[in-house]
Amino acid sequence: MASIAHNDDSAVVIIGSGAGGGTLAHELTRRGIRVVLIEAGKRQSIQSFSQVPGEAFGMVTWLDPRTQSGSWTVAEDYPTLPSWTCKTVGGTTVHWTAATPRIRPWEVKSRSTYGALEGTSLIDWPVPYEELKAYYQLAERRLVVTRRNGNPGMPASNNFKVMYAAAKKVGYKRVHTNHMAINTRAADGRGFCIQQGFCVQGCKTGAKWSTLYTEIPRAEATGNLDLRTECMATRIEHGADGLVNAVIYRDASGAEQRQKARIVCVAGNSIETARLLLLSESARYPHGLANSAGHVGRNYCHHITGFVWGIFDKPVKAWRGAVLAGIVEDETVNDPKRGFFGGYHLEVIALDLPSWPLAGLPYGWGRDFASIVEGYQNAAGMFVCGEDMARSDNRISLDPKVKDAYGLPVAHVHVDEHDNDKAMRAHGHAQAEKMYLSIGARRVVHGGTPPATHNMCTARMSANPRDGVTNSHGQTHDIGNLFVSDGSAFSSPGSANPTLTIVALALRQGEYLSRQMAAKNL
Amino acid sequence: MPARVGDVGAKGGSHVSAERQAERPERRDFLRTTGILTGLLAAGSPLALLAPSRAWAVDLKKLTSAEGATLLAVVRTIAPHDKLEDAAYALVVQSADADAAADPATLALLKAGCQQLTASFASAAEPARVQALKAIESGAFFQSMRVKTLGTLYSSPLAYAYFGYEGEAFSKGGYLFRGFNDLRWLPEVPLEDSGPVPGGK
Repeated sequence: MASIAHNDDSAVVIIGSGAGGGTLAHELTRRGIRVVLIEAGKRQSIQSFSQVPGEAFGMVTWLDPRTQSGSWTVAEDYPTLPSWTCKTVGGTTVHWTAATPRIRPWEVKSRSTYGALEGTSLIDWPVPYEELKAYYQLAERRLVVTRRNGNPGMPASNNFKVMYAAAKKVGYKRVHTNHMAINTRAADGRGFCIQQGFCVQGCKTGAKWSTLYTEIPRAEATGNLDLRTECMATRIEHGADGLVNAVIYRDASGAEQRQKARIVCVAGNSIETARLLLLSESARYPHGLANSAGHVGRNYCHHITGFVWGIFDKPVKAWRGAVLAGIVEDETVNDPKRGFFGGYHLEVIALDLPSWPLAGLPYGWGRDFASIVEGYQNAAGMFVCGEDMARSDNRISLDPKVKDAYGLPVAHVHVDEHDNDKAMRAHGHAQAEKMYLSIGARRVVHGGTPPATHNMCTARMSANPRDGVTNSHGQTHDIGNLFVSDGSAFSSPGSANPTLTIVALALRQGEYLSRQMAAKNL
Repeated sequence: MPARVGDVGAKGGSHVSAERQAERPERRDFLRTTGILTGLLAAGSPLALLAPSRAWAVDLKKLTSAEGATLLAVVRTIAPHDKLEDAAYALVVQSADADAAADPATLALLKAGCQQLTASFASAAEPARVQALKAIESGAFFQSMRVKTLGTLYSSPLAYAYFGYEGEAFSKGGYLFRGFNDLRWLPEVPLEDSGPVPGGK
């Protein structure tokens, strides 16, 4: 591992080691570029991962305080936890469930496809789909995605057998065990899935791709990576020329440090990426970095999500097996006849017993509520995951009152749902209910919307600098050596679980950056 | 020392009754407990098979035995599972008591809540308990007890056994050969829409 001096201004500084930052670090270091990787969390390992749900949650989750407002139910149900992401080396790839569908061709043209919907701020992606597709193929090889490149699919779990039978009964055609970044056989120096059911707690066989034990150690092996854990970036500085030149962070002891930089890439997941750009305001950039058009933190997207549980007379034991290995794709279409624009997936899901009553089920208590919990063994689960509509006022801002441990304003998350979002959710829940009832569920229970695991679009790519924060390579329109390298850069959320797309964009950005550096343009 | 329910397996079930506690204040001070909840596991209970003794006791650091009994009844009313032992519910009260020991505001909230419900709550019939809780449902006391109950009750080995949840899987080789696909009351999924079981038939 490299040791890069604080006053060495020749390295690329990447903030965040998840799907975007971890992948980019590997892409740059393997091309001989030196990288300082700043990560707020600690380094866990497949040995340290815990299968005690509460313990695992505490080990890897981002629990720094945040505040909320707006009409979405998460603001009331989880006032301090708008999103469920990670603070650990590997970022959210440690707890993700590894579903890797692609964004669909029409979804990268949301403004052209859906039109000028009132109350939205839709734009098209500046990346042609054909080009994105090429990087999807690279990403799918990198992640060893099932049902791609000749890799077999995941075997059918009990939970998926229920989904499959129900989907076929109501006439759905495109139903399978999902595209998953989970090994079904040993590959990539990692083990294969033994169906533990603890994807979210960290995979103890490494069958599930995570930058923690793929991209990051490979970047370290190049000798070009200086990984600094438990270091919280608090500010990005710039010089008189307007270009960024250093990152200020607090180290594990709380001491302030300053790392000089040739290029800075921000990959802190959409809420923290936006917050860091806003926190870095200066006399020259009074509204924060890369924010001359006012889009930093705006257009926050989080997907339309919700749990639906079917309780049967016979056991399902849905907690056994890979958590998200099952999908219905028939509703992943743009068919306005359904009463809304955009599409959604239905994906199998299960929760461990301790998490189920509080996080999975709707608000309740007493006899009726307890009778639902009594059916835990007989419950099958599904998750609606659909495209939400970008809205300018759905945004991350700096809280005017609440401060973090360093005295800096925490992120404030505001979300008002669009009518399109509500219509889509209602449709998804109704379809899932119809599915379970069609094969004899004795009861269907609709859970609430959990904290957002998919956070996107808060520093979006745009063809026109007036419409967003970065160009098609994640390079900010305002500052040539400042990049956004995570899901913040999505121009629209699509309906696909975002990690594969984040990796595809990071692979593309890595190529671009290294070429630009070689050409001395950066 | 009273056996905590959480380590009932290790302690051989020796316990101190509430009466003996009351008779020996110096010992109570030494233990720094203010209250205690005790009980017996039902003879035929699957939990009794897990524990070497049917007797259990939970010591409370801040709450009195009477407050503990009230909270135990609150927890059981929030999540009534008739065949789930009181021992599992007592763990929720113990966790609430620990929160109270760490935070004076929580202690005040719990004490005020118990006082408002009055001492008769613990022995009231379920419909009366439900009615009493509905009257205070929107308040901070009830909401904190609801979250505490749902967030704690289902985390113990006692609850795992009761609901049939198998928990930690890695040390047993996951569920690959232990039933992740053992559902037989629906048709099997064709191979083209799923995939082969590694090492399977």
